[in-house]
Amino acid sequence: MTGEIAVRIRGVSHQFGEEGGTRFVRALRDTSLDIKRGELLCLIGPSGCGKSTLLSIMGGLMEPSSGTVEIGRQPVRGPMPKEIAFVFQENALFPWSTVRENIDLGMMFQGVRKAEREKRAPQCLAAVGLSDFADYYPGQLSGGMRQRAALARALSLETGILLMDEPFGALDEQTRMVLGEDLSVLLSRSDKTIVFVTHSLGEAVFLADRVAVFSARPGSIKEIIEIDEPHPRNPDFITSEKFTRVRNQLYGLLHDEIRKAVSQSAMRGEAAQP
Amino acid sequence: MTPRAAPDRSRWASRAVQALFLGALLSFWYFLTASGRVSAILLPDPVSVFHELSDVLWTGEFVGDLLVTLTELAVAFAISMVLGVVTGYLISRSSYLITVFEPLLAGAYAIPIILFLPLYVLLFGLGPLSKFMLGATIAFFPIAMNTIAGFGYVDKIFITSARSMGASNYQLFRYVLLPAAFPVIVTGLRMGFTVALLAILGSETIASLAGLGHHIVHLSESMDMARMFAYITFAVAIAAFLNAVVSKLEERGKS
Repeated sequence: MTGEIAVRIRGVSHQFGEEGGTRFVRALRDTSLDIKRGELLCLIGPSGCGKSTLLSIMGGLMEPSSGTVEIGRQPVRGPMPKEIAFVFQENALFPWSTVRENIDLGMMFQGVRKAEREKRAPQCLAAVGLSDFADYYPGQLSGGMRQRAALARALSLETGILLMDEPFGALDEQTRMVLGEDLSVLLSRSDKTIVFVTHSLGEAVFLADRVAVFSARPGSIKEIIEIDEPHPRNPDFITSEKFTRVRNQLYGLLHDEIRKAVSQSAMRGEAAQP
Repeated sequence: MTPRAAPDRSRWASRAVQALFLGALLSFWYFLTASGRVSAILLPDPVSVFHELSDVLWTGEFVGDLLVTLTELAVAFAISMVLGVVTGYLISRSSYLITVFEPLLAGAYAIPIILFLPLYVLLFGLGPLSKFMLGATIAFFPIAMNTIAGFGYVDKIFITSARSMGASNYQLFRYVLLPAAFPVIVTGLRMGFTVALLAILGSETIASLAGLGHHIVHLSESMDMARMFAYITFAVAIAAFLNAVVSKLEERGKS
């Protein structure tokens, strides 16, 4: 970590709908954050706090109502496929293409030449342990394998920044843990900057160099916690006293916010929006 | 082997029951006519129908009428395919247009368009032109509707994800929208083909100068019942064959 800034977020606010309208939601409030090059930053917070919205804004998929995001001194105005790759929570692999074709298409969209694509695809499949499943369709794979494939597609783009929006959110606890360990090993070998949105305290503590805790809606960053533990992190870390201490600290910070979020959505008579 | 054996056996069993059922129907037909309970003018016996059918096939006299019907079908289907897919695609590009036009098209789809045949004959004459137009009109609606459904309701996550990787408009169309919409469009094409075939054979029997439907009515008017039944059997076989081919193509298009 050189301390160089990869993503600079300044005063970002976002709202959905018109002020005074029935659908009006203030999702994010005056959020500023510097993300260092090469770090893994987790965004954690109650449902509807705007952490996924912030991720979309960082990646240029959404324009903020106010504020700016800069990627290496360049303001973000739309998708930046050369700099930023995404892994989404929902299965965003194209179901009509095989895993190999999915990876190839991503690189083609990004503008990688064919010879180079054919070289990178098997490397990325091997990195996520899917070499034997290259010619399978996403529908033939388990949820965990699909997210590995989605990760392989994102890695093949060789971007400096990887944005992951609850990538393991739809998976069961065990698959999640294994994927988290593999991710930690994989990423310790790269110098990517990663922003990872999650609901899971354990996942955040296990993976992150820093965890940004969001307040309830309209969300903004309440506190940032550093986790000083080298990557790759092994399963022993989970049972360590340090892990428990940081996890409890996070829980303390989140608890009140989750209470607030729940009573907010109860008053609105609706389920909280993701 | 074992997991496939069971469905195969049950499929053969239902095939056998189907054959048995058709056989029973044929026997019943034979019984009615051979016993003289039904006049041969209303219902000729199956044996003479079979003789007439082999004569029709042997002499090849059906070729001219078959070509007329198939040409009408091909032209009508080609017109409706181009117009239906293009119209459907253009409407699907805007959710406003979808809201406006989808109910209109769905309403038009429910109208028995064959009712407009007299108008089409007035405008386009008794010949093939009125069949092109009627067939194309009828097939247009299912094709346009399914094209809208195919392109209009592609999951947003695929579009977002392609855009985030830098897909151009052409790439988005060619590698995301088209493959996502294709199976739904193919179903629309199959439905359009089926209704065009029905409309063309039907309109030939009402007002026409040639074609299989025309010939069937001609035989009916000259009281040549066995030969008329032979032609009906032939037309049914052709229709069944075409529908089977189109269904196979649909299946292949979807996988």
